[in-house]
Amino acid sequence: MAGWAHHLIIAPVVLPLVAGALLAVYDERRQFLKGLINLLSTLANLAIAILLLQAADTNAPGVYLLGNWPAPFGIVLVLDRLSAMMILLTAVLATASLIFSMARWHTVGHHFHTLFQFLVMGVNGAFLTGDLFNLFVFFEVMLASSYGLLLHGSGPRRVQASLHYVVVNLTAAFFFLIGVALIYGVTGTLNMADLATRIPTLTGESRILLEVGAGILATAFLVKAAMWPLGFWLLSAYPAAVPPVAAIFAILSKVGLYVLLRGRPLLFGSDAGEAAGYGATLLFAGGLATIAFGILGVLASQAMARIASFSLMISSGTVLAAIGLSDAQVTSGALFYLASSTLTISAFFLLIELIERGQNPGADLIAVTAEAIGAEPDEEDAATEGGMGAPGTLALLGACFVACALLLVGLPPLSGFVAKLALIAALFAPAGEGATAGLAAANWAFIVLLLLAGVATLMTLSRVGIRAFWAPVDAVVPRILAVEVAPVAGLLLLTLVLAVKGGPVMQYMDETARSVLAPSSYVEDVLSAPRVPPARAGAQ
Amino acid sequence: MALLLATCIGILAGSGVWLLLRPRTFQVVIGLSLCALAVNLFIFSMGRLRSGAPPVLASTSGTLADYADPVPQALVLTAIVIGFATTALLLVVLLAARGLTGTDHVDGQER
Repeated sequence: MAGWAHHLIIAPVVLPLVAGALLAVYDERRQFLKGLINLLSTLANLAIAILLLQAADTNAPGVYLLGNWPAPFGIVLVLDRLSAMMILLTAVLATASLIFSMARWHTVGHHFHTLFQFLVMGVNGAFLTGDLFNLFVFFEVMLASSYGLLLHGSGPRRVQASLHYVVVNLTAAFFFLIGVALIYGVTGTLNMADLATRIPTLTGESRILLEVGAGILATAFLVKAAMWPLGFWLLSAYPAAVPPVAAIFAILSKVGLYVLLRGRPLLFGSDAGEAAGYGATLLFAGGLATIAFGILGVLASQAMARIASFSLMISSGTVLAAIGLSDAQVTSGALFYLASSTLTISAFFLLIELIERGQNPGADLIAVTAEAIGAEPDEEDAATEGGMGAPGTLALLGACFVACALLLVGLPPLSGFVAKLALIAALFAPAGEGATAGLAAANWAFIVLLLLAGVATLMTLSRVGIRAFWAPVDAVVPRILAVEVAPVAGLLLLTLVLAVKGGPVMQYMDETARSVLAPSSYVEDVLSAPRVPPARAGAQ
Repeated sequence: MALLLATCIGILAGSGVWLLLRPRTFQVVIGLSLCALAVNLFIFSMGRLRSGAPPVLASTSGTLADYADPVPQALVLTAIVIGFATTALLLVVLLAARGLTGTDHVDGQER
């Protein structure tokens, strides 16, 4: 990328920052204007994310030197296939949940739009940065906004859940800081590419200190990724959040996974000397334990939001276990699974509210809250709703529910099946360096758990689906707006696109997995990134 | 100096963790603040303990060995600001939880 296109790399951070700041200026009475600004910014972000994905797919990784300082000294932003893919995923989820929130949810509390933009900024920044401390800053931006968004809508349940969520995440932030400080104390650098070149030279006590630091640092990400037994906070936080917030929160646990996916091969890959392979077994075992816990949780759950949260844990566990195996094929399958399952769970969180609106007494409460704040959504609802007949609504919701179930279980024809197929096929034919007899047992365990997760999800979702759609004799047909169904249907259609375009997508994932697991070119690109010459800098 | 600092960090972190595990929200907040202090001191100490060495270049004469490592100091500054902001936010949540549930227990109800 050359010229102005190079500056696109920083756009996913700057755009939400500017939009968020602008949104803070207007007060809550100008909801329409705020919504419009937010929507424009989110759509622009989506367009930028698509451009970045194309750029990352065709070119070498783009390295953006902030302040024109050369790599190990200044902070760098790095755009490669993995970060581009995650940014696009964020942009898609943001668009869907924003459109969903426009129906009523953005008016049930204050500063929804500002916090929403800052959340997107923090997530994008965390995906782009190539510097550990900068990662902490973006993490905190993301978390601070997520605290606000979790509180959105208020009520005792959300405040209580927020209290736990904030305390857990603040504690995780301490782990983050201690880890970063230890790593800096041992190596004297915070640039991830520079770290990768220095780690092989460490021996003896320094190496042990570094591994301790990395372990403490990883704890922070494992808390975020909800690995068992660090993920209990998720079960009270996500179901308590308002649906559009829960839908965008589906990407937050992926930020933890992203850092582990990026960091483990980079810092402790096969080139890391004595420290090579650090943490792989733990990540694999932790991933399997998370899947197992998720399976039990899904089986035991009654409420749909809890099922969605446990599914999120299963999805986290699957990717964690794949990271632990560090095999190119498995990683590639896991990346596909990550994209597919994030879209699915996000859609599911939105769908749950639509299904439960007819049955849940909580829905009335929310309407009361909205009224107290001064919004009058109901008259508008009734006017725009007219076209959608009652049986049609239920059929549409049912179809979306079936699609979600197929995706979560991993049955054809949607992308959940392709993802699980890719994962299991890769597990049956290990091509990595460590293809030994001992590994086969681990692979078997992983395969069995993946299939069990599918069975458990199928059983639970059938039970819940029957209760929601078939059992009620005098079913209350929920009143639903087109803007509420559209994002759910859009996300589900995207998973169909993922499945239909499985070939090219899988190829992209393959190349991503290869470059993630062989990070030498990443390191080289970052450390040799050219500075902008002074004359040209003046001209711009 | 190293022993003194290590003891201080240990006492702060130990008290912080103990308070963090208490059932009252206010104790949790104070515990988090103490932990934050311990963590900040820890980051600071990772730049090696020096006295009388400035972190910022004062003149071009002399060697870099005369100066303290500025990076941990910058990191601590950032960590302090972020910790401060999040503690303020936590206090708001704490007050809201107290108002809504009528108790200052972290679970919103006495056992």
